[in-house]
Amino acid sequence: MPEGVVYTGIPSREELAACPGIPTEARMARGRVAVIECVQEIPCNPCESACRFGAIEIGEQLTALPRLDGEKCTGCGLCVALCPGLAITIVDKSFSATESTVDFPFEYLPLPGEGDTVDACSRAGETVCPARVVAVKKSPAYAGTAVVSIRVPTAFADEVRTMRRLPRREEDI
Amino acid sequence: MRKITAEIAVVGAGPAGLCAALEARLAGADVVLIDENRLPGGQLFKQIHKFFGSKEHRAGVRGFAIGQELLAQVSDSGARVLLDSLVYGIQPDKSMGLLTAGENCLLLAEKIIIASGAKENYTPFPGSTLPGVMGAGAAQTMINVNRVLPGARVVMVGSGNVGLIVSYQLLQAGAEVVAVVEGAPRIGGYGVHAGKLRRAGVPFYLGHTISRAYGDDGVRHVEIARLDERWNPVPGSEFTLDADTICLAVGLNPMTELVWMAGCQFDYIPALGGHVPLHDRNMETTVRGLYVAGDVTGVEEASSAMEEGKLAGVAAAEALGYLDARAAKEKKAEIEARLNRLRSGLFGEKRREAKETQLAAMQRARESEKEVV
Repeated sequence: MPEGVVYTGIPSREELAACPGIPTEARMARGRVAVIECVQEIPCNPCESACRFGAIEIGEQLTALPRLDGEKCTGCGLCVALCPGLAITIVDKSFSATESTVDFPFEYLPLPGEGDTVDACSRAGETVCPARVVAVKKSPAYAGTAVVSIRVPTAFADEVRTMRRLPRREEDI
Repeated sequence: MRKITAEIAVVGAGPAGLCAALEARLAGADVVLIDENRLPGGQLFKQIHKFFGSKEHRAGVRGFAIGQELLAQVSDSGARVLLDSLVYGIQPDKSMGLLTAGENCLLLAEKIIIASGAKENYTPFPGSTLPGVMGAGAAQTMINVNRVLPGARVVMVGSGNVGLIVSYQLLQAGAEVVAVVEGAPRIGGYGVHAGKLRRAGVPFYLGHTISRAYGDDGVRHVEIARLDERWNPVPGSEFTLDADTICLAVGLNPMTELVWMAGCQFDYIPALGGHVPLHDRNMETTVRGLYVAGDVTGVEEASSAMEEGKLAGVAAAEALGYLDARAAKEKKAEIEARLNRLRSGLFGEKRREAKETQLAAMQRARESEKEVV
């Protein structure tokens, strides 16, 4: 199967390398920062309007790819919840000597609880490793999207982008 | 026969019709907005995802929330809204037949805006009449409006944005999507929508088709075959998935019956879903005083439909003298700029070109009309 987002739904290594929304390795090592995996020119800019720090720029041309300024980004995570494409995560490779956190949007019930162990999954939905839930953030500003933060071994921080959905309970239905 | 009159009648209370009615009413016109459904909003209330675009297009806001805001604005505006009411016909003199509250009425309006939307395409295959086969839009209505899960294991046919978005919403509603099947060698919709499904473990079968569905009392098994480069199934490539629901997301076509009946000229533009009424930059058709807006003018998406609705509302109000030429021109320029921003990029460019073709055909129609005169 050929690689690339139009063939797999997953941006290829090359597409990610060319993507202006991905911060540098050094920036990720310094602490929380947005990782914007937006590689197709679609007319959309809520990430730019969401950012209070001016760290995301799209400009007049609505289809331009979002450009991240890693120096301005504080990793606050508002863009994670507001991206309609759910294409943004917050990665923090400074979490501990061996672990990183990945914050991702999660729109399935039930939500995990803080401290739970969940399956961390890749862009292809494959289980990468077990992960501890650090936080589950819900805010009216998130407009219904929860943001889940999990910690994973730093070796997997570039690979993990979500968690496996949890089985539904009667009370969620 | 009871007579209902208005300066402007808007047929269809989806995103385009709501916006058209609102703009025209705010300009001061007497507006009646009619919809055959019991609830207004068209497809907006089943759009539980966040919209794309920018702030001016309500990006980041979920479709149903946009619908709620629009409804409140329309009811505050003083526009009359007739629900559960069907405009079933239109005469050459533009008088309309309307069934409302069980009564057959005559509807008379100086200007008419038709915003009747679009309907889903169907694709036949052996087993496609079994219970459990439905349009993706039908499944979306079931889960998001009626809160009924159509099945536990779904095969989605088509990877355009409708197929991708409804697949995601089926997962959210608690179903499993066991496959997205797409005849083309590439995913049709936004990569980010496909990415949500891939992260949830949904497999994509590109260059594949449904060869048949079978089961005693409904869909139980779905056979899928690979397609060669001429879109013929490759013998021996078939495999079977267990599923109880098949959703068809194979495109939409404009609901043009009323517009045909009114005698408007059409063009055939496949990129817009088939036969589409010609219209000018005011959304006025070849029949003077009859405007169109939204998917009936060519299938796009809700944000563009809202802008087209505003355009038609402004133009109709201007034609009645509620807006002077300068104010109308300014408003229309703003709306056109927003429309152009939506019709750009990898996915929007084709729609922009198709709409240009449609406008050019309209231009020619108007010119030949002049020659006849």
